[in-house]
Amino acid sequence: MLIFERSRSGRKSAAQAPAATPGAGEIPGRYLRTKPPLLPECSELDVVRHYTRLSQNNFSIDTHFYPLGSCTMKYNPRACNALAMLPAFLGRHPAAPDDTGQGFLACLYDLQEILKSVTGMAEVSLAPLAGAQGEFTGVAMIRAYHDARGDADRREILVPDAAHGTNPASAVMCGYMVREIATDAQGNVDLAALKAAVGPRTAGLMLTNPSTLGVFEQHILEMERTVHEAGGLLYYDGANLNAILGEAKPADMGFDAIHINLHKTFSTPHGGGGPGAGPVGVNSRLAPFLPLPLVAQRKGGYRLLGETDRPLSIGRLGAQLGNAGVLLRAYVYARMLGAEGMRRVAEFSTLNANYLMVELAKAGFEIAFPQRRASHEFIVTLRRLKEETGVTALDVAKRLLDKGFHAPTVYFPLLRP
Amino acid sequence: MPFIPHTEQDVREMLAAIGVGSVDELFSEIPAGLRAGPPAGVPAALNEMQVTRLMRERAERDGTWLNFIGAGAYEHHIPAAVWQIITRGEFYSAYTPYQAEASQGTLQLLYEYQTMMASLTGLDVTNASLYDGASALAEAVLMAVRAHRTSRRVLMPASVHPVWRRVARTIVRNQGIELIEVPYDREAGHTAPAALEAAAQKDDLAAVVVPQPNFFGVLEPVDELTDWAHSRGALAIAVVNPISLALLRPPGEWGSKGADIAVGDGQPLGSPLAGGGPYFGFMACGKDLLRQMPGRLVGATTDVEGRRGFVLTLQAREQHIRRSKATSNICTNQGLMVAAAAVHMALLGPEGLARVARACHANTLALASRLTAVSGVRRAFSGAFFHEAVLTLPAPAATVLRGLKAQGILGGLDLKPTHPEIGHALLVCATETKNGDDLARFAEQFERIIGRTGRRKSRALNRKSGN
Repeated sequence: MLIFERSRSGRKSAAQAPAATPGAGEIPGRYLRTKPPLLPECSELDVVRHYTRLSQNNFSIDTHFYPLGSCTMKYNPRACNALAMLPAFLGRHPAAPDDTGQGFLACLYDLQEILKSVTGMAEVSLAPLAGAQGEFTGVAMIRAYHDARGDADRREILVPDAAHGTNPASAVMCGYMVREIATDAQGNVDLAALKAAVGPRTAGLMLTNPSTLGVFEQHILEMERTVHEAGGLLYYDGANLNAILGEAKPADMGFDAIHINLHKTFSTPHGGGGPGAGPVGVNSRLAPFLPLPLVAQRKGGYRLLGETDRPLSIGRLGAQLGNAGVLLRAYVYARMLGAEGMRRVAEFSTLNANYLMVELAKAGFEIAFPQRRASHEFIVTLRRLKEETGVTALDVAKRLLDKGFHAPTVYFPLLRP
Repeated sequence: MPFIPHTEQDVREMLAAIGVGSVDELFSEIPAGLRAGPPAGVPAALNEMQVTRLMRERAERDGTWLNFIGAGAYEHHIPAAVWQIITRGEFYSAYTPYQAEASQGTLQLLYEYQTMMASLTGLDVTNASLYDGASALAEAVLMAVRAHRTSRRVLMPASVHPVWRRVARTIVRNQGIELIEVPYDREAGHTAPAALEAAAQKDDLAAVVVPQPNFFGVLEPVDELTDWAHSRGALAIAVVNPISLALLRPPGEWGSKGADIAVGDGQPLGSPLAGGGPYFGFMACGKDLLRQMPGRLVGATTDVEGRRGFVLTLQAREQHIRRSKATSNICTNQGLMVAAAAVHMALLGPEGLARVARACHANTLALASRLTAVSGVRRAFSGAFFHEAVLTLPAPAATVLRGLKAQGILGGLDLKPTHPEIGHALLVCATETKNGDDLARFAEQFERIIGRTGRRKSRALNRKSGN
């Protein structure tokens, strides 16, 4: 039943609205609505029952296991939610002066520092509102860098064919052409194809590592040299950062810019499709172009940096300072993990994935890259099952749903049958 | 170990099953030189009690304020049921609803939200959300340019929120799109159709942005602006506040044909101010533009047994299918905030939402009349406003705001940094959360501070002239 079907004309949840205001105020009649909007008219209990019942039609982390890879579906600790929702944080207006929110800004500043530390990057901006916006930001900074050097012929972004669809879509939003790079039989980016593709038109490479095929790019250092020697920059898509958190740093791999999905690696809720947060990190050559605002620590306390502090910034990505409530949740999570806990994220997710891979192989499933270690995810190919029985990956996914498991990602990346 | 259930025995058994001696061996494919020690900049772990204390101390330090700032983010009462429902684990910890069978709760809720929002905006379809109002405006500009096919020029009134204009520029600048600023009428505080004519210069136009109310809180002549856009073959992009739409004529009814796209920030519908987010952006459009719309869209369908069900639909526009040819790169949006909006709207209903809108308008009117009773304080613009007003002061707004802050009052937004041309200008907002005592407290302190700065100024003048 839809909420509208529970509606009855004239019924109200009277306690939630303010008293009726006498008089029409100053708004001229020609601006006024003539027909009220078609919103449901329900009692408070109607609404509570309806949406409680809807919630019960969902799978969720709290009720089911999600064997999804890059999506990184892990427990969302309750303390993160409770502490981000302390009344003083919820009541803070985004345009309130910095000196009225020193506690709040301290959390954001500390989070910037933590993210710098785990990724090895020189500076971090918390502004991007989701992973895809982080990608857009990364590529926009790469473009700003080349433009600032007058190197305007670099029009191409290289993207492995296994990449998430947001990579090519983000590159196009920055006005770039996308060139896809093939994958080799081992599941690595095809080095020869990469070498053939780079040149004076290369603006940069976008790379997820470990990749969406669930393996670490073994030739990462040679890839880095290849792209940098051609004058391009390297962008790290943090979709799988969870798998190496505390074990390896994107900065050490030579990446110039990265984004981090806090709703993946830092356990903030997926919320049925957001909100996420996609902070970006950069090395010193891209630092001047970081999006605003940034949180700085100065003698008088914490303050937000703006256009006058960073004249070369690519600008702002949203009206406010980022998905602040998500940032606070990630901060609480990071503080509860501590340095050792960061490392355990990678260790135990990798242990679980490799264990599951071995057990599924024992059960007779064909592993796409059996000679490789799994990262925090791996790919099973059902090619043989389909040939022998006609049962497809989609059938298996749907049957898993029947058994109470959220279906794993299927038919992605598209190059694996 | 926080959030890790493994016992030592579990680990031993799992390693044995894999056939390795240690967890470390599982990382053997990472080149040795890239293995890092524990991140030095991350402090030692805190348990839940310790981190609770830390966060409480920080929150208490910030305290609570009597707030009269609006400027794109508004303090409204959020019914207690809203956040109790949406923080249920089944909504809070659910994945993106790609698997329809596992996501009927979220999908139906999004469908209901889309229906409510379409009615509120008076347009045919709404998407399942964008990041926030400012980025939604940028997406609307990109969408209009795609739909128009030939022109890449868009008129952007200076009466649109200055930060939103900056965001739009950041997002569209690399695609060769020109955002042409249209000056506002200094007397009325809104955009005159003649100003569009002057700014356009040539007929080649993809869209005209029309805010209602605008950044100054002033109501724009939306019918004339929308019709002007259509007369030039351009689309009209409405930028609206969702609370105001309970009271004001919706974009779908502007001018003779209605606006083509409507966007705005959904924060006033159930999202707390929370220092800046998460909020959500909404976008609505006519059926003809549906395939150009960015973001997710939920549709109703029937299953094999004829029962109603809900699915993500028209996904061929999106990045996970179309990759570099997608309408946008957006993937994760602001799902949970949309859930809050749906529950919020269902609880308030049409009458409740209209009461909120009217109470906001009445409170801001009352506040403006009390503050303009102070000598030297005036309304900056003659145009009617919704729930915000610009006042000009006899002293710098920054000075007055500092004095108010010392009394626990956040007295509005100083427009000096963005609009120095208005003089000592303050943008104030009083929503339904303010009562008569709040307004009186603000007005008393305001009058005292203005009086004090006035006296100080006249003393200084007296000294200077040697009297």
